[in-house]
Amino acid sequence: MSRELVAAEGLPWPPSVGDFYPPELAGPWVTKFGIMVWLAVALIIIFFMATYRNPKLVPTKGQWMAESVYGLVRDNIAREQMGKEGIRFAPYFTVLFCYIAVTNLFGITPFLQISPNSHIAFPIVLAAITYIMYIYIGVRKHGLGRYLKQSLILPGIPWPMHFLLIPIEFLQTFINRPVTLAVRLFANMFAGHLILLVFTVGGFVLLASDNILIQATSVFAFLMAILMAFFEVLVALLQAYVFVTLSANYIGSSLADEH
Amino acid sequence: MILAAEGHHPLVPIWQEVVIGTIAFALLCFVLMKFVLPRMEEMYQARVDAIEGGIKRAEAAQAEANQLLEQYRVQLAEVRTEAAKIRDDARADAEAIRTEILTKAREESDRVIAAGREALAVERETLVRELRAEVGGLAVDLASKIVGESLADEARRKGTVERFLTGLESAGAR
Repeated sequence: MSRELVAAEGLPWPPSVGDFYPPELAGPWVTKFGIMVWLAVALIIIFFMATYRNPKLVPTKGQWMAESVYGLVRDNIAREQMGKEGIRFAPYFTVLFCYIAVTNLFGITPFLQISPNSHIAFPIVLAAITYIMYIYIGVRKHGLGRYLKQSLILPGIPWPMHFLLIPIEFLQTFINRPVTLAVRLFANMFAGHLILLVFTVGGFVLLASDNILIQATSVFAFLMAILMAFFEVLVALLQAYVFVTLSANYIGSSLADEH
Repeated sequence: MILAAEGHHPLVPIWQEVVIGTIAFALLCFVLMKFVLPRMEEMYQARVDAIEGGIKRAEAAQAEANQLLEQYRVQLAEVRTEAAKIRDDARADAEAIRTEILTKAREESDRVIAAGREALAVERETLVRELRAEVGGLAVDLASKIVGESLADEARRKGTVERFLTGLESAGAR
């Protein structure tokens, strides 16, 4: 049935992975996704430069907004996860949070309609930075031997258990953490876009039907699409928060003195 | 299956995008962490300082005010004590002066009275002495006259006594 509809209306139904890979605009370096990333970077820089060009002790509205973002990351993420030492990392976390939040929100921005993070390349970059950071910081603080021992060997358990636990801890700390970090963000954005496609494109497919009753049901598809768009805003911000919180947690655990 | 033919598995990154993502994010980090966020942290600290400094200044002012109040209270108490002391002293002085004046006045009056009495006594003494001398003289005069005239006649005797009495009267009238 769906094949015939696609043939009839030219709509890409059902939504597929192919929808996530629009044709390149000019070679592999100039694509919609690449441009969106540069756009996000430009928007964030312009926002902060404009609002923080001339900061005052009593802030203006724009300055207050910029400071609210920084304050949220500084106090609710960095300090919450890492204690006083976290404030040192607050600037990086703020950049990370803004970048993920803006690129995620592109998923529901008119004309863009897709988040760059639905291509796993971008989450991989961010997860890799966190990965390198927390290993580097752990090794620098404790030395390689002590850092590995601290990461892999749980204190206060019978020694035969280590045959089981050391591989698990290794997998947990050095494989699962970066992979889940990247995949969680990617999968959320990927699935979010897919859901929006299903309800909007599905709505148009229903509307194109010959049967008036089936056409009427398209209303529900569109309503659902609007509802899911709002839901996507929540997911976009929540995933940015989760990514930064987990990064702070991992770096904090590398700085900690005990397991 | 058709999708696989299109070329991309969603879990396989496109390497050009990895490069773009890295460069773009690095640029973002560089610009914000160099030019914006350190200033934001500074502003944060400045604000904390401003608020805490304000509270500290207010506390200092409060402490100073309390100290001044305490000082004024002490001074006021001192002044009150002093005033009471001055009043007491004045009262005591006035009493002393009054007593002194009274004593002096009494002494003066006693002295005056004593002097008056003495003068009176002296006067009386003098009078009595003079009177005694005069009465004696008069008595002798009378007696000699009586004796001188006794030999004359009865009539002359009567005349002598008459003259004496008249003379006495006139002396008394004088």
